[in-house]
Amino acid sequence: METLIEFFSFEYPNIKYVVFGTILLSISSAVVGCFTFIKKKSLVGDVVSHAVLPGICISFLASGSKDPFLLIIGAFISGWVSILVMDAIIRNTKIKEDAATGLSLSVFFGIGILLMTYIQHSGNAAQSGLDTFLFGKAAALIGIDLLAFSIIAIVVLIVVFLFYKEFKLISFDPQFAKVIGLPIRKLEFILTSITVLAVVTGIQAVGVVLMAAMLITPAAAARFWTNKLHKMLIISSIFGAFSGISGAFISYSTPSMPTGPWMVMVLSIIALFSFFFAPSRGILVNSWNRFKIQRQLLEENLLKTFFRIGENSNDYFQDIEAGDLRLARNFSSAQLSRGLKMLSSNGYITKSGSAWTLSKEGHDKGKRITRLHRLWELYLTKYLRIAPDHVHEDADTIEHVITPELERRLEQLLDYPTSDPHQSAIPSR
Amino acid sequence: MIQQVENPVLEIHDLTVSYDKKPVLWGVDLSIPNGALCGIIGPNGAGKSTLIKAIMDLIPLNSGYVKLFDQELNEVRKKISYVPQRESVDWDFPASVLDVVLMGRYSQLGLFKRPRKADREAAMAALEMVGMDKYSKRQIAQLSGGQQQRVFLARSLTQNADIYFLDEPFAGVDAATEKAIIQILKNLSNEGKTIIVVHHDLQSVETYFNWVILLNLRLVASGPTEEVFTPQLLEETYGGKLTLLTEVGELVKKGGFNAREKQ
Repeated sequence: METLIEFFSFEYPNIKYVVFGTILLSISSAVVGCFTFIKKKSLVGDVVSHAVLPGICISFLASGSKDPFLLIIGAFISGWVSILVMDAIIRNTKIKEDAATGLSLSVFFGIGILLMTYIQHSGNAAQSGLDTFLFGKAAALIGIDLLAFSIIAIVVLIVVFLFYKEFKLISFDPQFAKVIGLPIRKLEFILTSITVLAVVTGIQAVGVVLMAAMLITPAAAARFWTNKLHKMLIISSIFGAFSGISGAFISYSTPSMPTGPWMVMVLSIIALFSFFFAPSRGILVNSWNRFKIQRQLLEENLLKTFFRIGENSNDYFQDIEAGDLRLARNFSSAQLSRGLKMLSSNGYITKSGSAWTLSKEGHDKGKRITRLHRLWELYLTKYLRIAPDHVHEDADTIEHVITPELERRLEQLLDYPTSDPHQSAIPSR
Repeated sequence: MIQQVENPVLEIHDLTVSYDKKPVLWGVDLSIPNGALCGIIGPNGAGKSTLIKAIMDLIPLNSGYVKLFDQELNEVRKKISYVPQRESVDWDFPASVLDVVLMGRYSQLGLFKRPRKADREAAMAALEMVGMDKYSKRQIAQLSGGQQQRVFLARSLTQNADIYFLDEPFAGVDAATEKAIIQILKNLSNEGKTIIVVHHDLQSVETYFNWVILLNLRLVASGPTEEVFTPQLLEETYGGKLTLLTEVGELVKKGGFNAREKQ
């Protein structure tokens, strides 16, 4: 707790800078990542982040200094070239996008590692620290480096803000964008450029290997929470910023812990959480809905069986043993005990000794399902010309789906019928 | 039977187009009169969509030119509206129905500007025309095929164009949607707009269109429906497969030739 207060009071200016820097970098890559994600170009970020390495090395070799602006220019150029190479491979050869992506990534990264190794063994004293690009070092985000990377991150955000509408259109429907006269080549150029820039700045924090995660994870997680692009940008920025603060805090409170990898860890946890718990798109909600439907099916099938047994003996409120239900319909014993418990706690049946009796509400519900079943059978034979002996299975499903509104329409269409294709009476409402 | 017209809204001259390096349209020469409701008809792989894409400058031409209102496409983009094939986009994109329809207004808005109240009103009016105003807030992933097509048409209507190009608007839509769409197109045509539709269903050609283009790798016919939509010309379009032409196309692709030598 103390550490937490100490951390957020920003007593040490360095902490302030590092936090500020990581937040800005995370947000800019999260925002740009949304576009690569919806354009289904997620792997481009991975290519670029690996491909900036040769640019950084060449820039250093040529200038002999670690001036961040020079390194960024080198990184930017080689990142861009990697995309051009990738596109050229796809356009001019039979190699498909996935292989072209892999080729471009590994060739550029290979050259980068080669140059990096050469520099490290060249005895050049100025080279120490250049390898931070490989694994990232958020804690080194101070002074001129911080300034340089912050400016770029802000530029990236401003560009997205200005071209939001155009980026949205070229991501959704580039053909339409072209026909209405948008300069799509220029817009694509700008979008790719800010992607490269976001990657170049982001690798300062997490390094080339983890950079793709910074780009894609916030976007993928945000997609679970919203169906609107602008909200997706905002949510992914929040996720990015949160991961930035968390990463910085964790490495502050436990000095042996690195910032960048922890940022990615936090992002991954957010993504996993979204994957499971997001409303409407999350796995948990989906399985909960499936579970509810299973329960509804069991309940309605049981009530229908109760009703039919009653129908046969013309006594709807007789005592019925569990065994009778199993004779009438194939319930497993687990289903039966679970279902009967559910029905009685919902007030549809009551227990008398070892047997069960329908309540008024249970009777009505069982009647309605039976009614829908027979109405649907009649509809299938009459309007779809399906043979009467083929309609039962279908109706067994549809009886649970039909709404009261559809029920009325069905009745009307069939002219208020009284018996189904098998001459069973259709119970009145 | 290729009828050329005076003062055409659309003129195509000696157009040859390749797709994936294989020529798919050979030497198309045609003109369309103002106010035509025109169907482009032909078998699968005849180059119908390719023709529209070539007109829209979405694919490069090997030869020839296209003129709209006697001008280059770039001069008259604001008068043109294009409805791409429904399947050409990812409908799981994070956007609402209104978002998509508003995209039709982007060209009038210009760069940097956000949609204004008037644009939203235009979008809502277009949605009402296609019977989708109740769905304006709906996420596009939840739409049926017919509803998607209506949304695309609404987007195009917001452009207030003079000529409309629709690529297979009736593919995979329900009967009610097809009826609604053709009614809107007929209304536009009565207002003097020109409509050009890639169409599949021969049954409805005579009731839908007053001008027909028959296409099968080359232009078979172009003219008023009653003159062009004849058994002989249909036989020529759909019957006798042009195996020779297809084989030559394959050779051009294999050999890496350009469909036309550089002029």
